[in-house]
Amino acid sequence: MFTILFWILSLLMLGSAVAVVLLRDPVSSAMCLVLSFLALAGLYITLDAFFIGIIQILVYAGAVMVLFLFIIMLLDLKAEVRRKFNLAALAGGSLVLGGFAILLTQVVKSLPSAAYPFPALAPGVPSDAVGVGTALFSGFNLPLQIIGVLLLVSTVGVVVLSRRTLR
Amino acid sequence: MPSFDLLFQPEIFLLWTSALKTAVILGIVLTMVAYSVWAERKVSAFIQDRVGPNRVGWAGLLQPLVDGVKLVLKENFVPSGVNKFFFSLAPALAFIPAVLVLAVLPFGSSLFEVPMVIANLDIGILWVFAVSSLGVYGIVLAGWSSNSKYPFLGGIRSSSQMISYEISLGLSVIPIFLITGTLNLGDIVKYQAEHGWMVFPVWTNGFDLSKLLLWIPMLISFVVFIIAMFAETNRLPFDLPEAEQELVGGYHTEYSSMRFALFFLGEYAAMIAGSGVIVTLFLGGWSLPFVPDGSQGWIWGLVNIATFFAKVAAVIFFFLWIRWTLPRFRFDQLMKLGWYVFFEVALANIFLTAVILLYFRS
Repeated sequence: MFTILFWILSLLMLGSAVAVVLLRDPVSSAMCLVLSFLALAGLYITLDAFFIGIIQILVYAGAVMVLFLFIIMLLDLKAEVRRKFNLAALAGGSLVLGGFAILLTQVVKSLPSAAYPFPALAPGVPSDAVGVGTALFSGFNLPLQIIGVLLLVSTVGVVVLSRRTLR
Repeated sequence: MPSFDLLFQPEIFLLWTSALKTAVILGIVLTMVAYSVWAERKVSAFIQDRVGPNRVGWAGLLQPLVDGVKLVLKENFVPSGVNKFFFSLAPALAFIPAVLVLAVLPFGSSLFEVPMVIANLDIGILWVFAVSSLGVYGIVLAGWSSNSKYPFLGGIRSSSQMISYEISLGLSVIPIFLITGTLNLGDIVKYQAEHGWMVFPVWTNGFDLSKLLLWIPMLISFVVFIIAMFAETNRLPFDLPEAEQELVGGYHTEYSSMRFALFFLGEYAAMIAGSGVIVTLFLGGWSLPFVPDGSQGWIWGLVNIATFFAKVAAVIFFFLWIRWTLPRFRFDQLMKLGWYVFFEVALANIFLTAVILLYFRS
């Protein structure tokens, strides 16, 4: 059953990712990107990576893309909708993309580890949230603290800066 | 009886019990949505010393049915110049996330040894936040696709408001996880059944200093969470996205008939789901002191379910009470409150909880 889900979600993800590029209306593009993120989150969840999947929805689909949409709507990009496709650029782009895809498959095929499926993630861990938490707080404690302080400083900085402009 | 044995195969059993639970919960919650509209009108009438709906049925109890018929029969008008695709998509996007939240809420302990939660996810509360953060798309897209300035302003306000208050919403529940050590909503309720409710830890087996000290951050969490929940569900005093006096109807100005009804019902469904989350996290979920859980007999399982929905109804009444008592905030006041007050309070609260826990562990 997970194989069927994999195909549905992959097709949905890739299809909406292509639509992000092809659609001329910025709002439609942004919504397709949201759909792509949701399908990617679904893929994570079929791999039992619930935590990563939900964080993908929470951070990217729920917060980052809302900000994107917010900015796109404020800018009201009408000129973008009227722009036609440049055929030469389209052909060149597909050529580069095709070459890259061929290269990628060659590289992956030549890897010895690509011949057999990956083992399941850490079988003894009760849930992947516990696994991620244990890894972050035992193995990567110092980097985590540094990133935490960095984020806190930037958040406090934003609050201070916006307060100054309000006066 | 081979056909009955088939029903009790583990996978098939999971399938049909989940389907049954989903159907029952959807039925209960949609009925609650209809009757919370009725309750809103009754409570507002009571607060303003009016009578309220009293013509259809006893005490106006059939009013939701009549409202529904009226909305279905109205013309589904689509103004010219709207983006038709997003205009029809937006009401559904506003309604669906509110209903999806219900999937992880433990609405009872267990009934005939079946756990009374549709999806017992280990990351339950993150699912709630993730799904409810998607609810903003319906409102933003409705505002944008209407191609009209008041809905647009409503949509813009809604997105900035929801993003601002999501932060305090998320931060305010972290102390709970620090105390319980789990993200699973069912386990959080079980913890509260054993150790006392988060905001009312009085009746428990053993009452010591650590519990008394942890009560303080829990109360702060509760206040921050409930206020952030008001902002997230666009309820007064934070209903800026649809402030009638400033924006006509806000994001749903251009909508009519069932599309409008979907927004309207979605708002109430979000309120019920939000009340469910508040009850689960802070008010002990299905637990009631001196009442055993469903493993002691099916009658107690039913009592637990009834307890959960009674608590939800009480929180909904609180939502209504606030709406008809407090005036609306100004938009800059709202943003200031979110960023300068609740964000810092929630952060400091996490620190306070961690310090208390550390002191009592060592």
